[in-house]
Amino acid sequence: MLRREGLSKLTGRERYVDDLPVDDVLWGATVRSPEPRGRIAEIRYSPTVDWSEFVIVDHTDIPGRNAVYLIEYDQPALAPGYVRHVHEPVLLLAHPSREAVRRAAREVEVIVEPDPPVLDFRIDPGPPLVQYGVDNVLKRLSILKGDVERALSAAPIVVEGVYETGAQEHVYLETQGMLAYLDGDVLVIKGSMQCPYYVLKALKPALDRTEAGIRVIQTPTGGGFGGKEEFPSMVALHAGLLALKSGRPVKLIYDRPEDMVATTKRHPSRIRHRTGVDEDGRLLAQDIEVVMDGGAYVTLTPVVLSRSMIHAAGPYSCDNVRILGRAMFTNSVPFGAFRGFGNPQAHFALERHMDVIAHTLGMDPAELRRINLIRDGQTTATGQVIRDGVDRIRNLDRALELSGVERRRREHWLFNAEHRYLRRGIGMAAFYHGAGFTGRGEVMLDSRVQVEGRADGRAEVLCASVEMGQGQITAFVQLAAARLHYDPDDILIAEPDTQRVPDSGPTVGSRTVMVVGRLVERACDDLRRRLGLGEGLGGDELKRAIADWHASHPGERLLGSARYEPPPGIAWDEEHYRGDAYGAFGWAAQVAEVEVDLRTYEVQVRDFVSVQDVGTVINPTLARGQVQGGVAQGISWALLEHCAFQNGALANGQLTNYLIPTSADLPPIRVEFSEVPYEHGAQGAKGIGELPLVGSAPAVLNAVAVAVGRQPTEIPLTPERLMALLDDPVPPAKRRESDL
Amino acid sequence: MTVLLPGSLDEALQAMASHPTALPVAGGTDLLVHWPQRPELHRQTFVDLSAVQELRPLRWTTDELVLGGLTTYWDVIEDGRVREEFPLLVEAARQIGSIQIQARGTWAGNIINGSPAADGVAALMAYDGVVVLDSTRGRSEIPLAEFYSGYKQMRRAPDELVTQIRLPRREYSVQIFEKVGSRRAQAIAKVGVTVTRSASGWRVVAHSVAPFVCRCTALERCLESEASVGSPDDLLPAIREDVSPIDDLRSSAAYRERVMARVLYYGLLEVCPSFH
Repeated sequence: MLRREGLSKLTGRERYVDDLPVDDVLWGATVRSPEPRGRIAEIRYSPTVDWSEFVIVDHTDIPGRNAVYLIEYDQPALAPGYVRHVHEPVLLLAHPSREAVRRAAREVEVIVEPDPPVLDFRIDPGPPLVQYGVDNVLKRLSILKGDVERALSAAPIVVEGVYETGAQEHVYLETQGMLAYLDGDVLVIKGSMQCPYYVLKALKPALDRTEAGIRVIQTPTGGGFGGKEEFPSMVALHAGLLALKSGRPVKLIYDRPEDMVATTKRHPSRIRHRTGVDEDGRLLAQDIEVVMDGGAYVTLTPVVLSRSMIHAAGPYSCDNVRILGRAMFTNSVPFGAFRGFGNPQAHFALERHMDVIAHTLGMDPAELRRINLIRDGQTTATGQVIRDGVDRIRNLDRALELSGVERRRREHWLFNAEHRYLRRGIGMAAFYHGAGFTGRGEVMLDSRVQVEGRADGRAEVLCASVEMGQGQITAFVQLAAARLHYDPDDILIAEPDTQRVPDSGPTVGSRTVMVVGRLVERACDDLRRRLGLGEGLGGDELKRAIADWHASHPGERLLGSARYEPPPGIAWDEEHYRGDAYGAFGWAAQVAEVEVDLRTYEVQVRDFVSVQDVGTVINPTLARGQVQGGVAQGISWALLEHCAFQNGALANGQLTNYLIPTSADLPPIRVEFSEVPYEHGAQGAKGIGELPLVGSAPAVLNAVAVAVGRQPTEIPLTPERLMALLDDPVPPAKRRESDL
Repeated sequence: MTVLLPGSLDEALQAMASHPTALPVAGGTDLLVHWPQRPELHRQTFVDLSAVQELRPLRWTTDELVLGGLTTYWDVIEDGRVREEFPLLVEAARQIGSIQIQARGTWAGNIINGSPAADGVAALMAYDGVVVLDSTRGRSEIPLAEFYSGYKQMRRAPDELVTQIRLPRREYSVQIFEKVGSRRAQAIAKVGVTVTRSASGWRVVAHSVAPFVCRCTALERCLESEASVGSPDDLLPAIREDVSPIDDLRSSAAYRERVMARVLYYGLLEVCPSFH
């Protein structure tokens, strides 16, 4: 099936928020902090600007609570006299001319009396630097299984390693943007977002409005990758404040440099592994410490840390696991949601470390993984029993087979011996990703979906999940059409509008097809049930029944609905982090082949194989696109995307010096699915959006390690860093032979 | 903002003469990239040269290739004879931005923008390019290798326009263009080296490793003298005489120096008997 909105996007006819024609509109701009921390001493308005032409909003204009609410109320919408990071919003301006407001924003000087900032999350802060709790720890978690200390001291071999990952910018094609206007008493917000109900939830306390007084509508969204999970609430709030004060429609659209420096990034991490193994490579103990940079406000950091830690021990069976983690406050621009949500960091460290272990033992890294991969009936770090029928070993072997690993290794050996400055290598990663919200998260979301039978017989899906490039509209059309035996043209997908669609939760966490898609199916069933029709009935018969119903119920709506119900037997202990963390996991194995140029220290990925088990594939083209896009973003995080921070803010905030890959930088990405259906997902589907990114960086770095005979531990592995690594005579991995 | 639109070269030179602070614009590819972030530019006076079509064509004489003041990268990429006689121009042009940029951007603009990372300037300089500047006061001709004096500093009077770039036609035995960018396409150079050898001798040009694109005379002497070079490190003393790389957001001085040596060494290893 063709992508429903594909043609309008291809031809440029799709209208994003910046394209919407609005009469009498004002353009908004944000004045931001120049300092990472301190008291705002003064705000100077340049006399060269006629300020009477401008609407100016500061924190005193906020009718409700000055916070962008999500998990905590700690992040102000506008700084109330004190700033905690560079680019923190201080003032808002609006003017009929986009040019004028952009210029004027530069003519306001925010004078900050600086206090010492904390800029390195890896260093314990001294007292003058503590700004959150007693130790700047935003969140601390632990996961315990078995007895790690005893297992480590008994282990014949212990391998240690420390791994670091950098931040990453989402680089969605469409920058952040919102339109706000009053429609009678209702404040209407339209814009680019993943989660209309998150925006609504943030606006209510800040604007002191009821749900009926706010209407949030998602406009066609040019990419999200998590960057439009929580941040749009801030933009919407700002646009709303300007619209309320001016009484006119206001557009607040970030340009690329502002978007790059002022919005969230992936959390940087440092992860330490201490792993006990026996001579055969069996994992005896995994002692893991995860530390993340949270930035200046809580945002989604506790949940990112949680997901990172739950996955930190990887898709392996080990009886003794200890995972301790903390997310640190720093005076950096807050870090936030990004595809993978902490798991790419966890798997970079883990899967790099698995290769270091294999190297230490003199073992084939594939064999090390085969020995330890979870078999059905074995448990994860949280004690969740895996019994889903997926053959994780077969998937790894299939990825290796597709990559031609044996032949390639022989070819590389000859090639590397001959060539003056090129070195080739092949590397792999095995990994997993829990789909949907963690633990009781889906129950708390209490997602709802409706399917309306319209008078003309067509069916309309009403849900708050959004299309942001990933193919949600097309997938939901397919699911509803299959369930109702309808032609896809007879399925409508409602515009996500909080006054029209129920809250089906955020469009995040690889939950859309699996969780919300399942609700679409159940709402279809409910629609049929309301008409007294049996399960198999649909198509023209259903259409006629709907039309007949409307004839006898004039003016009424015919709604089938569904509400989330957890799969039976799921149990999660939030206090001890034990039990069933996710309803289902996607599993994957990837193999990368690289070539390193020792003249320039550049790494080129030559080939990439991805074997994914995401349950039933709903739309093969879209699914392959998700995998290829995720792999591309993962390769890019591994090699290219270097965030140069100065004072906790991105210094290379433009696409000329913050680089994402061109097609010339990427290999062919060969995708194969192993489809073991998940009975509680739509048509048997599990989540797909995040999984492929999770295991891309370690596969690439493992290949580099083979090519150059060194063990890189940090990404992005820029040429400058690889040069330093090759100059460094000491390999990082440590091995301890036990006395026993 | 004031934009002047001369229809001929004479009008363009008049416009430049009567507006000494005006900025000439050819393809606009450097100017417009940062336009929204550079409000100070919005009050400038510009001389838009796009209608001065007589500056567009490149032409051949018996002993020269003459690029016009508005000759684009694409004009060069498309020209079969250039590919044969001056292949490094085509190689460099292919490395500049996207095809859209190559279709609009001009060689003269690349020179006058004065970026130390200008790929096109490096190739022109390695072919002993000469910049022809015209004004209502007359004409001056300056070898490109002597054109720059510092970061964005050059020997152009405010009323002068680049109307030609002349390249002598020679037999070349060595032609190497190496650009190391942060990615494989559409990237700004972190390190660049261009090498040619003809009856006039060796030319080594470096870009992105000094305040301006420059000839590397110590390296050229090293090649002329056929001094024995057994490793990239043997080139470092000459490199340190010739260039002064810096740490910036794109790369580090240490990387630039090292990689320049390695790229040069492995490039010349194939063609220089004194390299082993």
